[in-house]
Amino acid sequence: MRPAFFKRPYRKLIPLALVAGLMSTGCGQQYVLLHPVGPVGEQELHLMELAAIAMGIVIVVVFTLYFYAIIRFRDKPGNTAPYRPDWHTSKWLEILWWVLPAVLLTVIAIPTVQTTFALAHVPKPKGKDPVVIDVTSLTWKWLFEYPGQHVATVNQLVIPTGKPVLFELTADSPMNTFWVPALGGMEYTMPNRVLPLWLEANKPGTYIGLSGQYSGTGFAKMFFHVKAVSPAAFNAWVAATRKTASPMTMTVYDQLLKHNTTGEAIYSSYPQDTFPTVANGFTLTGSGMYMVMRDKNDISYMPMQNP
Amino acid sequence: MPSFVTYLIHTLFPPTVRFPDILLIDAGLVLGGLGLIGFLTKTHRWGWLWREWLTTVDHKKIAVMYLISAIVMLFRGGIDAEMLRAQLAMPSVHFMPAIQYDEVFTTHGTIMIFFMAMPFIFALFNAVVPLMIGARDVAFPRVNAMSFWLFAFGAILFNISFIIGGSPDAGWTAYPPYTGLAFNPGPGENYYFLSLLIAGMGTTMTGINFLVTTIRMRAPGMTLMKMPMFVWTTMVTSALILFAFPPLTVALAMSLFDRLFGSSFFTLTRGGMPMMYVNLFWLFGHPEVYILVLPLFGVFSEVVATYSKKALFGYPMMVVSVLAIMFLSYGTWVHHFFTMGAGPAVNAFFGLSTMLIAIPTGVKIFNWIFTMWGGRIQMTTAMLYQMAFIPTFVIGGASGVMLAVVPADYQLHNTYFLIAHFHNVIIGGTLFGLLSGMYYWWPKMFGMKLNERQGKVAFWLFFIGFWITFTPQYLLGLKGMTRRLYTYPAGLGWHELNVISTVGAWIMGAGFVALVYNVVWSLLYGERDVTGDPWDGRTLEWSLPSPVPEYNFARIPVVHERDAWWAMKQKGQTMAHALRPEDVHDIEMPKNTPIPFLLGVSFFVLGFGMTFKWWPIAIVGILGVIACLLFSGFDYDDHHHLEADVVRQTEASLGRLQG
Amino acid sequence: MSLPLAEKAGQHPLPIEFADEKESIKITGFWMFLVTDVLIFASLFSTYAVFRTSVAMGPTPDQLFRMGPVMLETILLLTSSFTIGLGVYFMRKGQVRALMGWMIVTILLGAGFVGTEIHDFVTFAQMGATWHTSAFLSAFDILVGTHGAHVTFGIFWAITLLFQLRKRGITPQTARKVYTYSLYWHFLDIVWIFIYTFVYLNGKIV
Repeated sequence: MRPAFFKRPYRKLIPLALVAGLMSTGCGQQYVLLHPVGPVGEQELHLMELAAIAMGIVIVVVFTLYFYAIIRFRDKPGNTAPYRPDWHTSKWLEILWWVLPAVLLTVIAIPTVQTTFALAHVPKPKGKDPVVIDVTSLTWKWLFEYPGQHVATVNQLVIPTGKPVLFELTADSPMNTFWVPALGGMEYTMPNRVLPLWLEANKPGTYIGLSGQYSGTGFAKMFFHVKAVSPAAFNAWVAATRKTASPMTMTVYDQLLKHNTTGEAIYSSYPQDTFPTVANGFTLTGSGMYMVMRDKNDISYMPMQNP
Repeated sequence: MPSFVTYLIHTLFPPTVRFPDILLIDAGLVLGGLGLIGFLTKTHRWGWLWREWLTTVDHKKIAVMYLISAIVMLFRGGIDAEMLRAQLAMPSVHFMPAIQYDEVFTTHGTIMIFFMAMPFIFALFNAVVPLMIGARDVAFPRVNAMSFWLFAFGAILFNISFIIGGSPDAGWTAYPPYTGLAFNPGPGENYYFLSLLIAGMGTTMTGINFLVTTIRMRAPGMTLMKMPMFVWTTMVTSALILFAFPPLTVALAMSLFDRLFGSSFFTLTRGGMPMMYVNLFWLFGHPEVYILVLPLFGVFSEVVATYSKKALFGYPMMVVSVLAIMFLSYGTWVHHFFTMGAGPAVNAFFGLSTMLIAIPTGVKIFNWIFTMWGGRIQMTTAMLYQMAFIPTFVIGGASGVMLAVVPADYQLHNTYFLIAHFHNVIIGGTLFGLLSGMYYWWPKMFGMKLNERQGKVAFWLFFIGFWITFTPQYLLGLKGMTRRLYTYPAGLGWHELNVISTVGAWIMGAGFVALVYNVVWSLLYGERDVTGDPWDGRTLEWSLPSPVPEYNFARIPVVHERDAWWAMKQKGQTMAHALRPEDVHDIEMPKNTPIPFLLGVSFFVLGFGMTFKWWPIAIVGILGVIACLLFSGFDYDDHHHLEADVVRQTEASLGRLQG
Repeated sequence: MSLPLAEKAGQHPLPIEFADEKESIKITGFWMFLVTDVLIFASLFSTYAVFRTSVAMGPTPDQLFRMGPVMLETILLLTSSFTIGLGVYFMRKGQVRALMGWMIVTILLGAGFVGTEIHDFVTFAQMGATWHTSAFLSAFDILVGTHGAHVTFGIFWAITLLFQLRKRGITPQTARKVYTYSLYWHFLDIVWIFIYTFVYLNGKIV
């Protein structure tokens, strides 16, 4: 028995070894989800790792039993393994495999719930009011408007490092998702709705952003760049943009609404009514519907009595 | 040229710049069609085709027709997949324009789910469920034929979209507002909605039919807890269909009305809410995932017990877990859109419910392993698929749990990690299960075995190809590649993994070729099954000769135990051979009818007319539907009696009659 | 086949529509069909609930609905549910003429319902409130319209049943058809009660 037991698994394990090898050698910076540069992405990565470990335990247990069974109980001449054709129940074993997955899943479930709720709040440390950016997905380009700074950009995003950035997402197009993998998870942009998403960059750098929801022939071209710069550099960029860039008029906005792809652009101002007044669908804390007061330059959250 | 001819040509064949495959497909279809017509005429088969197939209500023949359709559709969906993979092999180099790529990934998903997996599952239902429960047919044989023809003409309507007018291009989920007229003026999405509505009607009818069949048509003595596992999963799947398809019907109809009649359910303007479509679609969509996999859990349960020569382990818990999955599957639909701002409470709830559903699934995995434990495993092709299924599905399930972790899903949603996950469970669970069931029940359906050697070659190609295709896609997801990109820039590190994935897809394609060769070769030269029980089976279908006579059971068996046929063999009571002439009585059989076929044709005409808003044609279709309904309402002549003498002769010729 | 179930059931003979096993199975099947129809309406109701406030530039429910015609529709449909019940009662007694009589009354009441509803819809359309106007009206029209289409289909179904009854009298098969038809009709009545409450009353009060 023994030799056969040890001979067989190698053949079966070769593909697994290959996969593992691929994983370990390829773990460069290009595995962007595994190298987040912000707290949101880091928390999400931690959960992915936790889930992967728990599931790894399941996989190891199942595979061990499975390979043992198929090797030991093969129908071949001279197999001395016990043959019990009528053995079809075992109370303790069956209880065990209702309980075992339940325990492992509880281990994943608790931090999942905690992090889900945690990520729904924009952290507001003192003196670090979040920068607000209104994101509108157009067919097939991204429009970013900075209500606090009164500047706008297309297909490129400049954000300060070390500060939470609150994105308010909507669409003047079919649905897309706004995603900067290096910073954290994605969120849909939907017409007639405004959804919140906050991200933060720890390190200066240029990161790739893209859409995750198919929206037509130009969808594959909806890449954009996110430049994370120091707060001082960010303020300098805002000032320079206000001075040097041209303003975005309604005519320019109408041009952007055309179904095509465009390059990057910056504007020193933008018309006020291109972004919907945020009223509903804005559930940032999960405890009720919240409304963003757009008249002031800062944002404050007010509970709405009747959503 | 008259202007309407110009108009007709422009509508039916809009000028677009694309890979010149349409011309090839057109030419191939015309040649193939002519060849088929010529063959049928030359061999005088038209009458045979009409009498034996187009008008049949026999569940066994309907099963064969479902199986053929499913394999043809597997070919079509597979070609789509190969085209997608060829496109993605190189960054920024592509042989299809964006619009064609978008059409191809849409038809790939839609066909594989609605027109390949579903009919393949129904082929297995039809082929064995009545035999397993000791019945002569399903509860409603005519409705069964209608289901098939509605499916078939729905599939034809969907497939002609490629050559006439343009295919749908909004993905298999068809989220509005992209499907609205503002963004999608062509007829493609009309094809999608109408063909799914027509095929969906057929599917709903199948669900009703098999639910009633398994509830009311079981042989005396077969209590619920003595039903074979496949019958259990058939029952539960049918119930899932009953509850899942209505929301889909409503969602599709509303989208269609937005396009055809100017309503504003999901439009950008006038208060439309695309989000409502997403909810309705996934209220169908998640149960649909289990509709696709539960029947195969049943197949695996039969296959693993038969080839391990051992009773299924933990049968009561298998039943409980199937029922648990059924109920839980209605409470998980939001996990398809955690990233649509439902709020943390809702997201957390649906994340937990999704994790919960992994528990009964895990229980099933352990029970299958322990069915093999202490058995004698025979490595047949059917068993190889089952053995490939366990590790594949476990890994697919594990990645599924990772996606159920809400914050992780924020990162992984709509990336290639997701693509790899659902192919992992749909190919590893559904396709492997379907092929396992096909190899297992092939002798019962056709009276001959599929060649095992060739079958194993096909299996290894599929299995290895599968892992080479989809392992890199998990990694691509971690590199941030999102789905449905028709091209991608170089420099993001996506290239090498895509090349590997494409090579894997070729290997799977080779597996398909081997599979078809195996089927054709076996039909011509395969080993005949004269025993009726080639695998030493456990359930009642193996008590019958292969292929099964029209009336299935000359005498309805009485069941005393689970695995009824195995128990009878253990006790030496192989009652089929102990049939005495006086046990045989006249048998009432359903009569063939052309109505289901004509109903299918009528719906096809209706659907085609509506697709192009050609109302006169649509009205012709509606009149056809009304005529079919009226005719079947007034038709009381729906069965005939099979004389006892004829049955005795048939049984005697099979050597199953005493004296 | 066709074993009389009455033999199995012992002393209680079953009603004629259940007496034949094959026909009895068809009744089970019809219940399953009704399940799918319940879910169709459930989906439509939930859509309506979500879209109720999406009136865009169009009228609100309160501005649109007039309770007079709706009350009339309710009375007609509820009465017709009673009359088809009487029809089934006489069917079980074997009185084919009474059955046909009550079915004709049911058909007329149903036609009155559909007529009133169509009149109501035409009035809305004249006011400019079609389903082009707003998502609310789209959802309202598809919910109430689907119900109305069901009633219309039921009327034509009943007419075909009348012809079959005249030709064949009350047999297990015709009895089963009448019985499933009555189930269908009662079901539509129940759906209407929900429409009346959740659409019309709710639209007026809230």
